[in-house]
Amino acid sequence: MSSQTRTTQELGQNKQTKVKSRKKTGFLHELVKNKALFIMLLPGLIVMAINNYLPMFGLLFAFRKMDTVTKLFGSGWNGLNNFKYLFGTDAAWVITRNTIGYNVIFILIGLTLPVTIAIGLNELRNKKGAKIYQSLFFIPYFLSWIVISYLAWGFLSNEYGVVNRFLQAMGKERVQWFTAPQYWPYILVIVNTWKWTGYDTIVYLAAVVGVNKELFEAAAVDGASRFQQIWHITIPSLIPLAIVLVLIRLGRMFYTDMGLFFTVPRNTGTLHPVTNTIDTYVYRAFVMTGDVGLASAAGFYQAVLGLVVILTFNAIVRKYDKDSAMI
Amino acid sequence: MAKQKVPSEAGIQISKPANAIWNVIFFITAIMCVYPLLLVFAVSFTDETQISMAGYTLFPQKLSLSAYAYIAKNMAAITRGYGVTIFVTIVGSAIGLLIMALYAYPLSREDFKYKAFFNFLAVVTMMFSGGLVPTYMVYVRILHLKDSLFSLILLYLFSAYYVMIIRTFYKQNVSTSLIEAAQIDGAGEFKIFFQIVLPLAKPALATVLMFSMLMYWNDWYGPLLYITKKELYNLQYLMYQIQAKIANLSLIANSPESVKDIPSEAARMAMAIVAIGPIILCYPFFQRYFEKGITLGGVKE
Repeated sequence: MSSQTRTTQELGQNKQTKVKSRKKTGFLHELVKNKALFIMLLPGLIVMAINNYLPMFGLLFAFRKMDTVTKLFGSGWNGLNNFKYLFGTDAAWVITRNTIGYNVIFILIGLTLPVTIAIGLNELRNKKGAKIYQSLFFIPYFLSWIVISYLAWGFLSNEYGVVNRFLQAMGKERVQWFTAPQYWPYILVIVNTWKWTGYDTIVYLAAVVGVNKELFEAAAVDGASRFQQIWHITIPSLIPLAIVLVLIRLGRMFYTDMGLFFTVPRNTGTLHPVTNTIDTYVYRAFVMTGDVGLASAAGFYQAVLGLVVILTFNAIVRKYDKDSAMI
Repeated sequence: MAKQKVPSEAGIQISKPANAIWNVIFFITAIMCVYPLLLVFAVSFTDETQISMAGYTLFPQKLSLSAYAYIAKNMAAITRGYGVTIFVTIVGSAIGLLIMALYAYPLSREDFKYKAFFNFLAVVTMMFSGGLVPTYMVYVRILHLKDSLFSLILLYLFSAYYVMIIRTFYKQNVSTSLIEAAQIDGAGEFKIFFQIVLPLAKPALATVLMFSMLMYWNDWYGPLLYITKKELYNLQYLMYQIQAKIANLSLIANSPESVKDIPSEAARMAMAIVAIGPIILCYPFFQRYFEKGITLGGVKE
């Protein structure tokens, strides 16, 4: 008998026993039997219901007429009018471009720079020095976006900022940073890199340290240089972790940090063409101009795009490695 | 033995010149990480006239404590901000930790039939959310949490990501046989959880507690949405307000009356120092747990 038929038989038996015992292991029975475990789940379920599941119904606001913030359910259905309004403006294109564009750059930098630094830290001959560097790299992660926006002001302030004083000392013209949108793509990328690189480095460092030393020794015996060892042993061993991290970030592709895009540029109107993302747009439409319908439509657009990305990646991951799939 | 080891060690190390180059790169990077902080620190001790002459500098020629005198004069608002921040941070992270530790436990139990379902419920929240407007409606229109500190606490009470960290730790460190033995001894589920599981999970719990505390401490977005009363501002939001006020002022030129309330350049930087203070002091202690937590979360099991 081939093993295949045996497993089918076993499966059939399992199915039978499952059907037979269904009555005894139904949800209610389980609820009574494991009462304590369900009670443990309860507080978490309540918080999730409030923070996550209840608001999901609110996505329907996007299809309703929402004149004021005061009424919960607005005044009747509005069909796709909110969306027509949203996509009728340039804003829809600008916020989509900015959101995706910045995220792609952040993902690329967040992959290459931390990996390079982690490998470098691991290579240092002075291990104590490596530890000190690592601690210093990690500091920016602890600072709030408000504090970081104060730090950015220290650099970019028109009159007193370090950068303008430096330009002046070099005999160049000052730049009015907060009214010069052409510089902000660079500024935002630099600030974001400054905040996150230390954190990402530590994530990769753990994997770099974990590479089996015997592989290097074997390679060294075969005459491989240290660079060749890193290129052919260390980097390939980081790929699985890198894939997971990139996938997580791609899943957040349509979300941006309000701290970076709203606080650091100080919500300056002139900068909106390059700092406006879906999140800042929703916030401004909702809180500042009180356009609930428009804000809801943009929020819906964001949620749907995000969901599509996640389901796509999940399907791809599932195809290659079932255990790593999220659903 | 020892003699053999020396050449092999050399084969798997970078050369001394390469080591020197890396050190130079890292030294510069480290300065880039710390420089903005040192700058703000220096500015907070700089004399106002010196600032208007030389701008912000790392080594001011004329020192002054006037910025901190301003802080001392406005101590009431700052103390209140601190109070709100500390209250929300302690209450939020403690309750949140308990809720997440509780939720993670049934998910870690192999014999719990619905663990996959409840796990799924949590994972969904990591990937999909209603967004700003619906959440605001639930908080303000249904729960009436506008101008309530509870809104700031509720926001970050439960994170599926941390639940996964705790659950993985339970799975790896609390053996099924230990739980079974306790059950045979007649211990109830709660007794097992509080007396056996929680003590074994201390490292993971400490890590999640740190992450959670940092999130509450640094929160400014929650107050931006849900707090309008001045006495409920937390520290970060107080700083946000000052910044926003200045941004508005630059739009409406020549409004001397409001200029009066605006803290000087140095005083604002002093506020930043006051807000960073406790975090930097806790930093060495925090760092250990954070590294552990990042490693736990980063390497997906």
